[in-house]
Amino acid sequence: MRFKYVLNEVLVGLWRNVTMTIAMVITMSVSLFMLGASVLLYMQVDQMKSYYYGEIEVSIFLRTDVTDAQRTAIDTAISSNPLVSNKTYETREEAFKRFQELWADSPDFVKSVGPDSLPESFRVKLKDPEKYKTFADQMQGMAGIQDVIDQRTLLDKVFNIFNGFQVGSLGVAAFMAVAALLLVGNTIQVAAYSKRREVAVMKLVGASNWFIQAPFVLEAVVAGVVGSVIGFGVLFLGKVVLLDHKLQALTTILTPVHNSNVFLMLPLLAGVGAVVSAVTAWVTLRFYLKV
Amino acid sequence: MIQLENVTKTYPKASRPSLDDVSVGIEKGEFVFFIGPSGSGKSTIIKLLLHEVAPTRGKVVVNAKDVTTLRSWKVPHFRRSIGCVFQDFRLLPNRTAYENVAFALEVIGKTKAVARRVVPEVLELVGLGGKEHRYPHELSGGEQQRVAVARAFVNRPLILLADEPTGNLDPDTSIEIMRLLDRINRTGTTVVMVTHDSNIVNQMRRRVIEIESGRIVRDQARGVYG
Repeated sequence: MRFKYVLNEVLVGLWRNVTMTIAMVITMSVSLFMLGASVLLYMQVDQMKSYYYGEIEVSIFLRTDVTDAQRTAIDTAISSNPLVSNKTYETREEAFKRFQELWADSPDFVKSVGPDSLPESFRVKLKDPEKYKTFADQMQGMAGIQDVIDQRTLLDKVFNIFNGFQVGSLGVAAFMAVAALLLVGNTIQVAAYSKRREVAVMKLVGASNWFIQAPFVLEAVVAGVVGSVIGFGVLFLGKVVLLDHKLQALTTILTPVHNSNVFLMLPLLAGVGAVVSAVTAWVTLRFYLKV
Repeated sequence: MIQLENVTKTYPKASRPSLDDVSVGIEKGEFVFFIGPSGSGKSTIIKLLLHEVAPTRGKVVVNAKDVTTLRSWKVPHFRRSIGCVFQDFRLLPNRTAYENVAFALEVIGKTKAVARRVVPEVLELVGLGGKEHRYPHELSGGEQQRVAVARAFVNRPLILLADEPTGNLDPDTSIEIMRLLDRINRTGTTVVMVTHDSNIVNQMRRRVIEIESGRIVRDQARGVYG
């Protein structure tokens, strides 16, 4: 009986104020969608980092006027360095060949570069990619070295862009969340006002506090959960349409976004939506329903 | 049953206390009038007994429970042993007489089956047999107050508090409501009534406690309005 009563009160409450309910659901879904996108992006960057950082090499480019003695000295210095996991040597010819393959699409560009314009290099893989700086400092001083370049610095630029997107969507999520919370608070106020007589009688005859508050709190929770389901739907649709179809080309760089990760967003968004609305509703009731 | 011990209540920003060092005891089954001019502090007593306000100093004991130290989450349960009637009836306008009384039962967890058994009985008791399905606006003031009394009494409380229950009623209707409260008192329910209706007090000849400026100035076993 009590369960049925509470459920009925919730549905009547949501319907009585249906425009407000819709506004609440929409803002909630947009906010939670942005939150979901942000979390997915964060997981993605994390995954890409561990994937790409494993592949990273440090390139030591040699000067064009390097002597054989200098080259041998550099070679032994690399081999004896405890940070190094393995190394390969690339001659000018090999570098040129690789360059030709890489830019096979633009023959004019390839023609403008002679086999002598590319430097020879050592490609070094470190045991711990994070130790790049120590390694570079140790090598930098040696004679015959043109430059030491870590691919990581290039990747970091890419990841910074991703991080920017992530922080941005988190910001939008927070901004929308403020609007959503104000709407929840307002809806609960209106609901409490329209039921003030009932509430007064309930308090008078000794209805328990949870019984008085439950319909209001559940009203907000239902709106929050519906909003989160819509937000998740948009997120999933966006993933399928954008990443799996329209921008499929990007996924060669992007490392695939797993559906399991996307599905993980449903309980997360629903949980966040429900808890945040419930707390907001409850706090609002503290002010407007002094029980 | 009810015990006020050296109770002082000063509302915030008030220059003088509404109740000033009041001590009074009410036994089980008594019928007590609190009388006095407006602002004398008699309504504050009702609020103290319901735990709507807490005393500034002193102790309030109701049903052997110290209300002063009652934890706030226990207040709802405590209130179930007290029925309450007001000058303005406080009925729900969109519910019938039956539904108004049943609502009070359902929100404290009683089943619909219990309501179906108990509500017609109590409506019969207050003299509203046959008018169960009328809405408040279809009932006279006296009948509305009967619904309110039925709602206050349906849970068989130990105490019935009445805050100027006849304030909105004409003299004849007032007498009828008093007969009803008297009948309820005879079932063993303690009745505490706040009023300034001298006519009624004089007719009933019950215990009268007169309050003036927050102090008890008279406590008479079979008193008149004075």
